[in-house]
Amino acid sequence: MEDVWAGALWALRVWLYLIVGLIMIPAMFGFSLGISETYMNILVKTLEWATLKIQRVNTVERTRNASASNSLIQRGNGSMEKELGELRRSRPKPPVGGDFTFSDCFYFTRKGIESIVEDEVTQRFTSEELVSWNLLTRTNDFQYISLKLTLVYGLGIFVRYCILAPLRITLALIGLSWLVIGTSAVGFLPNSSVKSWLSEWVHVMCYRICARGLSATIHYHNRENIPKKGGICVANHTSPIDVVILCNDACYAMVGQIHGGLMGVLQRAMVRSCPHVWFERAEMKDRHLVTKRLTDHVNDKTKLPILIFPEGTCVNNTSVMMFKKGSFEIGATIYPVAIKYDPKFGDAFWNSSKYSMVSYLLRMMTSWALVCNVWYLPAMHQQVGEDAVQFANRVKSAIAHQGGLLDLQWDGGLKRAKVKETFKEQQQKEYSSMVVGDDSNSD
Amino acid sequence: MGSRASTLLREEEIEEIKKETGFSHSQITRLYSRFTSLDKGENGTLSREDFQRIPELAINPLGDRIINAFFPEGEDQVNFRGFMRTLAHFRPVEDNEKNKNPTNSEPLNSRTNKLLFAFRLYDLDRDDKISRDELLQVLRMMVGVNISDEQLGSIADRTIQEADTNGDNSISFNEFIKVLEKVDVEQKMSIRFLH
Repeated sequence: MEDVWAGALWALRVWLYLIVGLIMIPAMFGFSLGISETYMNILVKTLEWATLKIQRVNTVERTRNASASNSLIQRGNGSMEKELGELRRSRPKPPVGGDFTFSDCFYFTRKGIESIVEDEVTQRFTSEELVSWNLLTRTNDFQYISLKLTLVYGLGIFVRYCILAPLRITLALIGLSWLVIGTSAVGFLPNSSVKSWLSEWVHVMCYRICARGLSATIHYHNRENIPKKGGICVANHTSPIDVVILCNDACYAMVGQIHGGLMGVLQRAMVRSCPHVWFERAEMKDRHLVTKRLTDHVNDKTKLPILIFPEGTCVNNTSVMMFKKGSFEIGATIYPVAIKYDPKFGDAFWNSSKYSMVSYLLRMMTSWALVCNVWYLPAMHQQVGEDAVQFANRVKSAIAHQGGLLDLQWDGGLKRAKVKETFKEQQQKEYSSMVVGDDSNSD
Repeated sequence: MGSRASTLLREEEIEEIKKETGFSHSQITRLYSRFTSLDKGENGTLSREDFQRIPELAINPLGDRIINAFFPEGEDQVNFRGFMRTLAHFRPVEDNEKNKNPTNSEPLNSRTNKLLFAFRLYDLDRDDKISRDELLQVLRMMVGVNISDEQLGSIADRTIQEADTNGDNSISFNEFIKVLEKVDVEQKMSIRFLH
């Protein structure tokens, strides 16, 4: 019996030594031993092979691959004016009584049915459908193709759940406790340049360990545009992991609401070493206070750039939704960042209405890897005569364009809230002007 | 998710829906996955609220009328079969379908059925007639508060007059067909389904 214990203890010790030696130390100083690169290479080869296998057997799949888009219908995108104009072409405009024909409803009907089959909003809050199977059962179901493929799939389960998952969980735990201990310790130092340097080092180190806990392979582009002090960094939002991804490369001051539980402990520890902007729940409602504290932070040029996700909710990384105007009202320099995950290796989207934070993280840790591209865009400023909303839209378009994401006008808040009546009124107004003409609007 | 849906939908059902609606196998499985993602109650049927949760439909001035078209009279749930039957009205008319054995009953996406769908948007009480009052109500939905009662009334009067051939001051389905005979219904009431 004692032998078993001694053996287990020995195994555990070797395990920890290996983790510290092969992962922790490189992570601390930001170099790589090339292990994860090798893993990624093998993974890419395997997935390519699997895709090829699937295609050979499944011809239907191949035709689906051939068409570039994954959508089910091709939506008509003509404006109301153009479409109604076409509908009315067959009849002359009546001299009196306004322009209406029964066929006007065709336009609204087709729009309506199209949105039932496929719409721009609700589909952004469910996982993206993959064109080919990535040997994970989440995004596509298991399908029997061949014995070989099934064996590889089985091997994949073993590797992901029995080797990668425990390793990643250990790393994440080490990373997070390190963050709490490290930042708390740094917090005791007097304010000085040494303190902020140490604080940055602890932050980056912990995020690097956490990133390895997710097997993150991150490609940073245009690093010359990296956000600088006294500015606001805005990025599109897919999951809480976005923070880990961005903080791997630079330090940011975070803005948010104080949470309870584990998150709360982390937040309180972090704020000791470095000035993050945390709000109590009640304070969040006071827009003036929020704006003031953000302005104060931005005006202090020694403080880190603020990181904000102006969408205010996680979107499935196929599009960028409306940016809330708050962060664009301050008049600070905006550093846009586009983040695009590669869905082939695992779905990074956090469907917060379906999964809790912990179960989401577990899913991430049992995926193949987290591969993503980060683009730093050149700094942007509010232009003369441009209001906050227009500025926000301009930044959003830039991010969408760079990340290859769809630029949507819709509010991400629609994930939970109902759409505002005013949008319908806009449609009615537009239609009315087509019926009676713009000038003769009579109420 | 596409293939997950197919495992819940039995092959025989797919075949039956295929026969009834003319959708292809892959279209059916993909529409099924759409159906299940709209079905928040996860009970295999959609309610009016499930439809209203689609923002683009909620802001459509005729959204409520379109949603209503999915529900048979007096019911407030629609299953996948019924969902597909309604959607099938919007399949484009393919050339080989136009004059396929005329003994068969008319396909759901025929010109007449497309027109009937539009007719029923206006026919609020389902009495197979569009009265002046019904037309006014639907017009009001489309224009909101932007046009006065008086002006809307005159639009309705003129529209009825133009289409009413038997002088009963309401529009029957035949009169409706007649007034829209020059409109390219086949194209305008169709959606380009891919795959």
